[in-house]
Amino acid sequence: MSDLAATRSRTERRNRWLLLLPALAILIFAAAGPLLIVLIYSFLTPGDYGGVVWKLSGEAWFNVFFERDFFTDTLGFADAHLSILWRSISLSLMTTVLAFLVGFPTAYFIATRPANSRDMWMLLIMIPFWTNLLIRTFAIMELIRNEGTINTVLLAIGIIDEPIQMLFTNASLLAGMVFVYLPLMILPVYAAMERFDFSLVEAAYDLYATRRKVLTKVIFPIVKPGVIAGSILVFVPCLGAYVTPRVLGGGKKLMLGNLIELQFGAGRNWPLGAALALTLLVIVTIALLFYVRVAGREGESNIG
Amino acid sequence: MARGFDVRRQTGFNTIAICCFILLYAPIILIVVYSFNKGNSIAIWEGFSWRWYISAWDNEKVQAATIRSVVIAFWASMLSTFAAVLAALATTRTKPWRGQSFIFAMINQPLMVPEIVTAVSLLIVFASIKVATGYTGLGYLVIAHTAFCIPFAYMPIRARLQGMDLTLEQAASDLYATPWQTFRRVTLPQLTPGILAGAMLAFVISLDDVVITEFVKSAGQDTLPTYMLGQLRRVVTPEINAISTVLLAFSVLLVTGFFLLSRTRKQ
Repeated sequence: MSDLAATRSRTERRNRWLLLLPALAILIFAAAGPLLIVLIYSFLTPGDYGGVVWKLSGEAWFNVFFERDFFTDTLGFADAHLSILWRSISLSLMTTVLAFLVGFPTAYFIATRPANSRDMWMLLIMIPFWTNLLIRTFAIMELIRNEGTINTVLLAIGIIDEPIQMLFTNASLLAGMVFVYLPLMILPVYAAMERFDFSLVEAAYDLYATRRKVLTKVIFPIVKPGVIAGSILVFVPCLGAYVTPRVLGGGKKLMLGNLIELQFGAGRNWPLGAALALTLLVIVTIALLFYVRVAGREGESNIG
Repeated sequence: MARGFDVRRQTGFNTIAICCFILLYAPIILIVVYSFNKGNSIAIWEGFSWRWYISAWDNEKVQAATIRSVVIAFWASMLSTFAAVLAALATTRTKPWRGQSFIFAMINQPLMVPEIVTAVSLLIVFASIKVATGYTGLGYLVIAHTAFCIPFAYMPIRARLQGMDLTLEQAASDLYATPWQTFRRVTLPQLTPGILAGAMLAFVISLDDVVITEFVKSAGQDTLPTYMLGQLRRVVTPEINAISTVLLAFSVLLVTGFFLLSRTRKQ
């Protein structure tokens, strides 16, 4: 009897791994495995024409943060890298904040529509979310470039005499990223708000709460998990953004993603590129771990 | 409502929301409208014309890139859906087992690692394989796309499986159906909408990918998005508007289809 059960659970286990085999094989070969190779590459020496020489070196990691002055051989911080790192982090944070300021009221707006029209509003959010990121970035570019819609219209009605340079500025990058990643904020905030019980708000008003008090003391604390999830969903892809800064930053306003690419292209320093990629991965992992911790705590406090 | 006091109202929220919708759609609508413009401008309307669609259609590079995109998306969605169905069957409707969280982490890994990091890691690995084997075909792109499509194909299939009634399968095996017959005649037909939804999602995701393709492709292997990215460096002609509009229409079609498919689940 117990023999039979043991055999059965063994077959079950074997079948399970057999079923998982194709997915695992593909993922190990083309997703997880290569990450390990990146780790190895970050400790090698760059080849003259790209690629690597198989000689161990910590140089790449050192160069992520420091640089040796070519003439005086003194050590300093790698200003170029640090300023790009700083731009990536600060732009991502600002994008997250702006996406929240716009996304929260929008999610609220959708959640307070009649039940039968909410799906339609959500579809309106989903469509940009699923349309090509490159096309949406390109649309912004068409709007703000010197020969673009805004400048042409402003010139035509005589408000300005020459085009305003909007493309290739930090502001254009920020606007583009908010535009591109906004749906990622709205989706989880809406999901949290949809379940919100508005009789709580009525109770608060009965207790003489003001509108702002209702918003900050009643609604916000309850939908906070959605806001945190949305913030992570916006912040993480912003950090690794490559297409948007390339199109709207035009090689002038680089972000981490572009700096990494540079090492594999013109820079011909694959180990440095690998080390930078892992630096990005570490920052993203920290953000995700932070999220898991905060989300876990929120979950507990909701139960308690 | 009778009190004339709407508890749901928050000052300024509706205005922001309407502005948000306008901002989300204005640039896209602009592209679509001006793809039919006779002139070069994105601001001055010179009359309706199919000119840019015709010139995109006649552009051999665009033709080749389109075919390549579709071929890659087809194989990537087929392979990833196949792998995802098997993985979903293995991971749903069972008791918790050892290694479960490892498997979930593996399947969702492409969603958590920034695309640029994956792209760089694939560039490194595939460059060595290219040197070692001499093969430079589309296979690299297909396998790379398959990997990051797996979580997208997996999600709707798993959701469908979880919502399915186990009693039908039990009834089938009570009536002496073999496990394969049960799967073929009972499980699979119920699972079909989920599989279709997963495959469509995977297809759209593959078709839209820029970053990973840009790094993995060999010379002359542009897909439609990487071709467009390359064009953006030069003088932009409204031909790109026309290509974008077609891609947009296609994505909207597939996504709406996906919505309808996942809705039937609820009913």
